Amino acid sequence: MTTEVGSEAEVKKEAEKLEPDTAKEKPEEASESLENQKTEETEETQDSSSSPVPTSQSSPTSRKERDPSEGKGISRFLPPWLKKQKSYSIAEPKDEAKKKAEGDEHVEECERQLPEEVAELKGEAAAENHQTKTDDKEEEKHSVSSAETQPAKEDSKEIEVEKVTEEPEEKLEEETGKRETKEVQTTEIKMEKAPQKAPKKIKTVQCKVMLLDGTEYSCDLEKRAKGQVLFDRVCEHLNLLEKDYFGLLFYENSDQKNWLDSSKEIKRQIRNFPWLFTFHVKFYPPDPSQLTEDITRYFLCLQLRQDIVSGRLPCSFVTHALLGSYTLQAELGDYDPEEHNSDYISEFQFAPNQTKEMEDKVVELHKTHRGLTPAQADSQFLENAKRLSMYGVDLHHAKDSEGVDIMLGVCANGLLIYKDRLRINRFAWPKILKISYKRSNFYIKVRPAELEQFESTIGFKLPNHRAAKRLWKVCVEHHTFFRLISPEQPAKGKFLTLGSKFRYSGRTQAQTRQASNLIDRPAPYFERTSSKRISRSLDGAPVGITDQSLLRDLSATAAGPTGDEAAVLAKLKNGESREEDGSPIKSPPLELTQDGKNNSLKVDGENIYVRHSNLMLEDLDKTQDDLLKHQASISELKRSFMESTPEPRPNEWEKRRITPLSLQTQGKVGPRAEGPCSGARDADKSSHETLSVVEEKKRAEVGIEETVVINEINEGKIQVAIDGGEPCKVEQLSKKDSSSTSSESSSSSESEDEEVGEYQPYHRVTEDVIREEKEGNEDAKEVEGYTAKVVQCVESVIEGSKEKVSIGHAQVAEESLVEGNAVSGTPEEKSFTEEAKQDLREEREEEQLKINGDLSHIGIDVKPQIICCSEPPVVKTEMVTISDATQRTEISTKEVPIVQTETKTITYESPQLDGSAGGDAGVLLSAQTITSESVSTTTTTHITKTVKGGVSETRIEKRIVITGDADIDHDQALAQAIKEAKEQHPDMSVTRVVVHKETELAEEDEG
Amino acid sequence: RQGAAHHAVVRALPESVCQQALRVEKGGAVDFARAEREHQLYVGVLRHKLGLQVLELPADESLPDCVFVEDAAVVCEETALLTRPGAPSRRKEVTEAMKIALESLNLNVVEMTDENATLDGGDVLFTGREFFVGLSKRTNQRGAEILADTFKDYAVSTVPVHDSLHLKSFCSMAGPNLIAIGSSEGAQKALKTMQQMSDHRYDKLTIPDDAAANCLYLNIPNKGHVLLHRAPEEYPESAKVFEKLKDHMLIPIANIELQKVDGALTCCCILINKTSEL
Repeated sequence: MTTEVGSEAEVKKEAEKLEPDTAKEKPEEASESLENQKTEETEETQDSSSSPVPTSQSSPTSRKERDPSEGKGISRFLPPWLKKQKSYSIAEPKDEAKKKAEGDEHVEECERQLPEEVAELKGEAAAENHQTKTDDKEEEKHSVSSAETQPAKEDSKEIEVEKVTEEPEEKLEEETGKRETKEVQTTEIKMEKAPQKAPKKIKTVQCKVMLLDGTEYSCDLEKRAKGQVLFDRVCEHLNLLEKDYFGLLFYENSDQKNWLDSSKEIKRQIRNFPWLFTFHVKFYPPDPSQLTEDITRYFLCLQLRQDIVSGRLPCSFVTHALLGSYTLQAELGDYDPEEHNSDYISEFQFAPNQTKEMEDKVVELHKTHRGLTPAQADSQFLENAKRLSMYGVDLHHAKDSEGVDIMLGVCANGLLIYKDRLRINRFAWPKILKISYKRSNFYIKVRPAELEQFESTIGFKLPNHRAAKRLWKVCVEHHTFFRLISPEQPAKGKFLTLGSKFRYSGRTQAQTRQASNLIDRPAPYFERTSSKRISRSLDGAPVGITDQSLLRDLSATAAGPTGDEAAVLAKLKNGESREEDGSPIKSPPLELTQDGKNNSLKVDGENIYVRHSNLMLEDLDKTQDDLLKHQASISELKRSFMESTPEPRPNEWEKRRITPLSLQTQGKVGPRAEGPCSGARDADKSSHETLSVVEEKKRAEVGIEETVVINEINEGKIQVAIDGGEPCKVEQLSKKDSSSTSSESSSSSESEDEEVGEYQPYHRVTEDVIREEKEGNEDAKEVEGYTAKVVQCVESVIEGSKEKVSIGHAQVAEESLVEGNAVSGTPEEKSFTEEAKQDLREEREEEQLKINGDLSHIGIDVKPQIICCSEPPVVKTEMVTISDATQRTEISTKEVPIVQTETKTITYESPQLDGSAGGDAGVLLSAQTITSESVSTTTTTHITKTVKGGVSETRIEKRIVITGDADIDHDQALAQAIKEAKEQHPDMSVTRVVVHKETELAEEDEG
Repeated sequence: RQGAAHHAVVRALPESVCQQALRVEKGGAVDFARAEREHQLYVGVLRHKLGLQVLELPADESLPDCVFVEDAAVVCEETALLTRPGAPSRRKEVTEAMKIALESLNLNVVEMTDENATLDGGDVLFTGREFFVGLSKRTNQRGAEILADTFKDYAVSTVPVHDSLHLKSFCSMAGPNLIAIGSSEGAQKALKTMQQMSDHRYDKLTIPDDAAANCLYLNIPNKGHVLLHRAPEEYPESAKVFEKLKDHMLIPIANIELQKVDGALTCCCILINKTSEL
């Protein structure tokens, strides 16, 4: 594993060089990030010159570049020897999985992990996002940042480079790759640098994909190909550029549909041959008029026609008729009395139960569409279809806590709960703090409602564990796609994780919109002849469920991958649709449990702090308790806003929905009224996605379900096994499970079979935040208040034998911009990764947007005052357990785990900040983050410039983390930090200081 | 278009309304003559001032509540759902006369035959985008389900209603995307529920008096937004709130007598807006 460092660093450099270059191509968009980047670079140079590290070009680079690879999480607090450990720990589960899947080659797999996969990748250049474990972070980070800045255009550059080195047979693949995001390209670059290996004998497998028009596409794929390869081929075949809305489905047990994960090998996902897939819309765009190309809309239409005919998308009679008439217009053109005799319509199916009356109505309406081009007819179709209440809602059968049958519907806006046809609850994404599953249970943790103090966790029972996981994944993907600017990093860097690390890895809607704005090609020609083609394909070809006529004729006999829909159809034939399972009427009280965890926290700042910690905990690891994570990382702060964010605001598309339809023209490009982001601002915002969060410790948990973890416990030097506190509801459950069903507890590391998974939807879309604030309700103000209080902090953390003091966020405000301060020492502690930087910058920015109403207060020089002090070292937390919906026995208990950690938080701040909530937001000019590091100190400096009411304000926030093995004089360190801050910015004032100290007691855990 | 209408169905009030109409709580006796005058004024506004084609059904003395036609049918676009009123004494209101009237307007009439279902039109709030159905003493889940099956294009969310007769006893649409909501705790709670359940964001108009929050909004060609609301003599504070709606043509309507038997402004008509040609 260590051998890869060299090549990695090299690659990294390469990527680095590339980035500014490519960024130049789109200066306006990239300017901000470029600026930041430059500053960072300068900073790094300065930094290294001031530290004992040699300033030669390569050495610092490689060090710095390697650091990020370790992730922004725990790892930076780890001594190097442990880091190595970490990379193994990550590799292991994967190997484990492989072993399971293949039943052999364990050792070989381990060894070839890096080089061979790389070689393989070369063969399938389009496979995005494939990285070896240790460097994946940096890769991703780069891909993110570059994707931000140059969404699509720069591709040609990379392609050229590749053509030099790649084998000719791969050209085709690369062509596909052209449309990929930067992610792919960085990978490719890396691969070039990676040691070349002679291609192995390639085994191929035939794949068949049912397309939306009822035809079948088949191709041979290398056995080890990733989902992305196939998906790209299909999209290429379809000539589809805006492909992020689509996906490939495969069926499990003929009725469970699963999305093919692009980032994983196909053979690990689909167990049986032949490989049969269905091309399907995965994310229904809430406003199809925002799609760039007509061809994309056409495929969406085909999907919707299928959805309608199968009954998945219920409509009224009139809507059936209207949509049907647009279908006719699109496929046949204007009504022609001569050509379109009475039965021209009979080859179409418009509804599950089509009547003569309906057909007459369709014809009648068809006549009124004279003059509409096919593209316009499709647009009209979509304008009407998108208003249907079940449009884009992915339904899952479940039971509530009382065992009542319900349906969970995942859509762009959140999670909908249906009982029969009725909507009985709805959880918009901003309301959901965490999504998790545990075996066959699915949980959502929601924000406290108004006037409520505690979050509640709501549990649902799915038919089985795979269904629960499927639902969870769909939720994660929908949230990411529709709510985030760019995807989150998968939590691969975690030291100890259990459960699924699954994250959505594709582009988000924001990214795909941005990318499609750059589509510059003549509108591709395509034929809208689905119905005819379908009828032809009836003679024998194993056609999927696709088209109307097919469905009509074949619904009873649909087989293979279409089983699911056939079943639905069969039901429909009986005049029932899926939702009408007709169970007794009973208002199902959803299970609500409240977390009692915050009860004991009375002090203002403290409270907030802990809340952050909780969040962070839940987020990064499932096995820790509240107190271990008292690092007030900015992301936590950010989350605290989010936590107190009021009711969800209307989404962009909601608003757009109201706006009249503008008929789409062929191949339209150029900026539209953009969604959550556009242009340069996007680029700047994109890093919101990173999961961020400074995690200072890793923990092990007793009874975790992955063997790897147990190994880790054996090897790890500083973990303390800890019983989960509040955020560990699920973990507590897992313990129970592991004691009761031990067979499951030891070996479930196979990737597709995780028992648990968690995901926390962070609502980082800045615009949302802004919008929310503008609405100006009390919640928002409250939020501001919080922020103001917690923004700045100086923290100290002592961990195990190491000790960390972090002094951060010594905030200063004035018209000066200062570079970060470096505390001298020997370089040992890891710096923030660049990701973290980005992240912080972003967060900072967001914060700024939230709170810059306060800035006017900040300029006043006030001596820090202590407003809150330490919390008890041992916190009792109450555990909440969700009862299983089917077994009516409550298994919830109250456990009071004792935390083997001492934490202490002291906050100093200017009193001004308190009253400073409110005020209007200024305009953010720039935000940047600078990180410097030395021996045991990491300093992160955030500089944000805003203009409010003509006055420009600069806010600097420093976060210093000191880690040490020996005792550190914290007071002195703090004093030093404050002094330095004051010296560096004499004309600014320190407004807030937070010290956080964390001491880990020992490993004497009984676990 | 929310509030668009060209037809209205109303029904004359029988004298039995004074003695036999259902009421939530005992109150003063209904002055029939005055009630009739108020109703005629109301119908006159619809017919003459707003130019709607008003179909007036004759009173039926055996149906004391028959003037409240809203409860008998839910009409949305070209579909009319004949309800199964929660009060057994009112079930006959739905039969013959009403059905014929609606069919005569070329509406696609759906009947609620399920004997387990109850639904009063007064519990159905159609916002133009979706339905909210109050689950009250008069309306149950099954009734709401049938409504959802009838109007498949729209989301149908249920809202528990505890303290009032109907969901629309304290709210109504007062404009496109604008919900008039009463100030009582129950009303506010219901509004929260509706907000939570909806993907859409509605504006709200908070009306001091719950009863006044039931107003009748119409969108009439050449007249624009029209709002029939309770007269200032009845609810001075609430009327002031309505007067802030600058874009609306405001028509104060007194409804003193029928209110004694739980009648509100929306109760006395069914608005029909067939997008005709469809």
